[in-house]
Amino acid sequence: MTWLGIALIFWLAAWAVNVALARSRYHDTRLVRLVVPLLFGGSLLVLWEGLVRGLNISPVILPAPSVVAQTFANSTDILWVDFTQTVLKGALSGYAIGCLSAFIAAIAIDRSAFLTRGLLPIGNFVAALPIVGIAPILVSWFGFDWQSKAAVVVVMVFFPMLVNTVQGLRETDQMQRDLMHTYAAGYVTTLTKLRLPAAMPFMFNGLKIAATLALIGAIVAEYFGSPTRGMGFRISTGVGSLSIDLVWAEIFVAALAGSGFYGAVALIERAVTFWHPSQRGRA
Amino acid sequence: MRSLLPILTVLGAIVAIWYFAVAPMNVRVALDQVERSGATVEPATSVERRATSVWRLMRNNSEHVSVGYALERPRLPTPTQVGQELWKTTGEMVLRGRALSKRSLILHGWITLKSTLSGFVLGTVLGILGAVAIVYSRVTRMSLMPWAIISQTIPIVALAPMIIVLSSQLGVEGRGLPKAIISAYLCYFPVLVGMVKGLQSPAIAQLDLLRTYSASGLQSFLKLRLPASVPYLFTSLKIGIAAALVGTIVGELPTGAVSGLGARILIGDQFGTPLAIWAALFTAAILAGLLVTFLDLSQRLILRRMGMPS
Repeated sequence: MTWLGIALIFWLAAWAVNVALARSRYHDTRLVRLVVPLLFGGSLLVLWEGLVRGLNISPVILPAPSVVAQTFANSTDILWVDFTQTVLKGALSGYAIGCLSAFIAAIAIDRSAFLTRGLLPIGNFVAALPIVGIAPILVSWFGFDWQSKAAVVVVMVFFPMLVNTVQGLRETDQMQRDLMHTYAAGYVTTLTKLRLPAAMPFMFNGLKIAATLALIGAIVAEYFGSPTRGMGFRISTGVGSLSIDLVWAEIFVAALAGSGFYGAVALIERAVTFWHPSQRGRA
Repeated sequence: MRSLLPILTVLGAIVAIWYFAVAPMNVRVALDQVERSGATVEPATSVERRATSVWRLMRNNSEHVSVGYALERPRLPTPTQVGQELWKTTGEMVLRGRALSKRSLILHGWITLKSTLSGFVLGTVLGILGAVAIVYSRVTRMSLMPWAIISQTIPIVALAPMIIVLSSQLGVEGRGLPKAIISAYLCYFPVLVGMVKGLQSPAIAQLDLLRTYSASGLQSFLKLRLPASVPYLFTSLKIGIAAALVGTIVGELPTGAVSGLGARILIGDQFGTPLAIWAALFTAAILAGLLVTFLDLSQRLILRRMGMPS
């Protein structure tokens, strides 16, 4: 029980420090903004460790974070193989293909107001559907390797990206387009100099949604058949063979990959749409 | 209503493309079947056909292409076949008085709906409570908000099998609870973000006015912040319910599930009955449409009763 007590005390102390930091006059500095969530997350990990040790929870049910960290360090080669299979081959290639084709489709559709009116409601509806369910069909079409995972990701990211791009392309108002017209700018010039830049915040919104969907799609598709590597494969077999610590290490990799992917898109967004009100005022 | 014609046109185009795609997708399976029934096919064996492109197969055997539209186990079923399968597993079963038999999609849809709704309620309550805590306490905002964002970038599906194993080892009967947890995880975030925005939407002048009335914190919460957040709440609820349905179906996918739409998809995959997969997929789509439409209608109704522009 001492473990549990120590963990609880640590958690309360961390919370107290956080309260003090948030109330201090430094609460708006960058360092404090970073330290507070880190301390909170760290104290949760300590609490988890304390719970597992204090209550003697079997590692088959819930391994302690320290055990997971050990497994992670010992099996980096397996984790790396799974990472390349699922994230680099499956998710990223599908993400690139899906977003690019949605972008091209959006530009094509945008030329016709009739099609835009018809496609926006349908696209919005499809974007809300549980498309992951299509995974078994695509696995049977494209085989077990990463191509089928990429296909699932393409289908999943296509509609959110399409809808956001089409909406973004409609963002400019008549006045701005008239101004381009007085400059004798043609369709292509107006598109590249005015409408695409104006659409960027929307497109990045779509890209960010697609980034989280891409990993979900790639992992779920692996539940329906994959070569003997990949994160979804390792998780489903690991649960079956009770190597739960490896599963948690795999989940940790998935979390890192997901946050890293999302963070990368967000960073690019900040660099590209630095002029947008939502990005200004953030040093 | 102005966009009804465009929508119908696009829908018609999708169905037409689908019908055309059936022929090349199914031609190989169709020719195998024709060959087995004794007719001559060009090229004659399945091995030779594998090396030929589908377009040439269709040109050489144009009289057999129609077989691909009526296969029992097609790679790509026609919309009509999917519709028939849907009717067979829903309407026809009702007519025969077996609406809740194990093959009926009404039963499986109902099981999925139950988990979705409990996850939705759980996620919404968590999201609203989290939003209130974030709006009223700086320390929660600073420590919770970054993790709430990070939690959404973690693919929950990686956790789904773990949650199911964990809860079964902790002695929780059935899959209802773990599925609800997964869908709550996916659905709390949009509600949290929407409610934070909504609770902060009253202008300073409005909050100051309440202070001149010497309103207490609770009163200004109940009479100003909460009503002001309702439009935001409904917008996020519509996203949340769609996410909750995705969560439930994902929770039903890992091996071992026997009931629910996700399990129907899984079973259809294992037994090689693509029509069952397609029918379950369409049921899920219809379910999602109904849920979002219901929330949309109640949003309009409630906002009108509250005197807000909807």
